Amino acid sequence: MSDNQAISNRVPVVERLLTANEEVAADNRVQFRSHDVKVFNIMASPGAGKTTLLMATIAALAGHRLGVIEGDVASQIDADKIATTGTPVVQINTGGACHLDAPMIRHAVQALPLEDLDLVLVENVGNLICPVSFDLGQDFNVGLISVPEGHDKPYKYPAIFEAVDLVVVTKSDLLPYLDFEVDTFRELVHGLNPTIPIIVVSAKTGEGIGDWIAWLEDKLGRG
Amino acid sequence: MHEMAVTEDILRIVKDHAERGGAKKVTDIHLVIGELSSFIDDSIQFYFDLLTPNTIAEGASLHFERIRIRFRCRKCGQEFEPDGQDWHCPSCQALGGDVVAGKEFYVESIEITS
Ligand SMILES: Nc1nc2c(ncn2[C@@H]2O[C@H](COP(=O)(O)OP(=O)(O)OP(=O)(O)O)[C@@H](O)[C@H]2O)c(=O)[nH]1
Ligand SMILES: [Mg+2]
Ligand SMILES: [Zn+2]
Repeated sequence: MSDNQAISNRVPVVERLLTANEEVAADNRVQFRSHDVKVFNIMASPGAGKTTLLMATIAALAGHRLGVIEGDVASQIDADKIATTGTPVVQINTGGACHLDAPMIRHAVQALPLEDLDLVLVENVGNLICPVSFDLGQDFNVGLISVPEGHDKPYKYPAIFEAVDLVVVTKSDLLPYLDFEVDTFRELVHGLNPTIPIIVVSAKTGEGIGDWIAWLEDKLGRG
Repeated sequence: MHEMAVTEDILRIVKDHAERGGAKKVTDIHLVIGELSSFIDDSIQFYFDLLTPNTIAEGASLHFERIRIRFRCRKCGQEFEPDGQDWHCPSCQALGGDVVAGKEFYVESIEITS
């Protein structure tokens, strides 16, 4: 074989992608633990009712000190809404990115008084796909799905329903007008994730908000 | 989508292994992507070509091995690939199962010339 003849060979790698994010997420988790703050990562489609549920939560969750991180591609609208309640809030604009990631959270929490908080609710960017792949350092993942989106969503977006600790079905006041079958939806979600609780809520009528608050309080109660 | 972040990470891993392997050039990159892990499509090649001029990976081709979601039935243990809108176990008709494949998301290997 002459000197200038290239030798080709295949080199095994087997290295997972996006692990740099996981390292930062682990640091975030340590920081949250050290302040005894529980963090909830709320994921859903655009317009599913994330901000509305946060507003209802702020109104209903007495006796716990709450902070909010708002993730949106652009704009300050959601953070401004939260700020009207006097709740500490930071807006993250991802500038096009379809998800929050751990470095964004690390940066955002610098603007939150963690030592004075019991929980942080993170509103992820409206998207059922990408946020699932990025650990933020949260303690719990919550998936919201609004009734107009249809009960077949677990077929199309299995990853999110597999990854969450709680599913909240929102806008239940619209059930009479739409063909969303709650029982079929429950069956599908439990097919993927048999132990996961599913709470049906309406921010309009207040249905289920008490169950959601009880779920949060249960998670906060456990040291 | 987050193609750019993924592409940067692929390039980081590839460079690292290519240098350790004494490569002059990387010609091919083999990725294993589960259906559940992230919806990464072939457009990654486009981002990759933007990032790689004057690097060891310039001109390399990306190859995707896609892994379909696979359930293990919780009732009878049968493994099956759910199809579209039917998640029933073909053996016992139970719905769904534990996910045993489909979460893969890694660089499997590279082909280099040295
Ligand atoms: N009927 C009904 N409408 C609701 C309910 N909750 C939210 N909405 C409406 O749904 C729309 C979207 O609500 P948001 O809370 O802004 O949704 P979001 O998920 O925060 O939206 P993005 O941040 O833009 O992705 C608004 O017009 C809300 O008034 C509900 O329980 N019932
Ligand atoms: Mg919102
Ligand atoms: Zn079976």
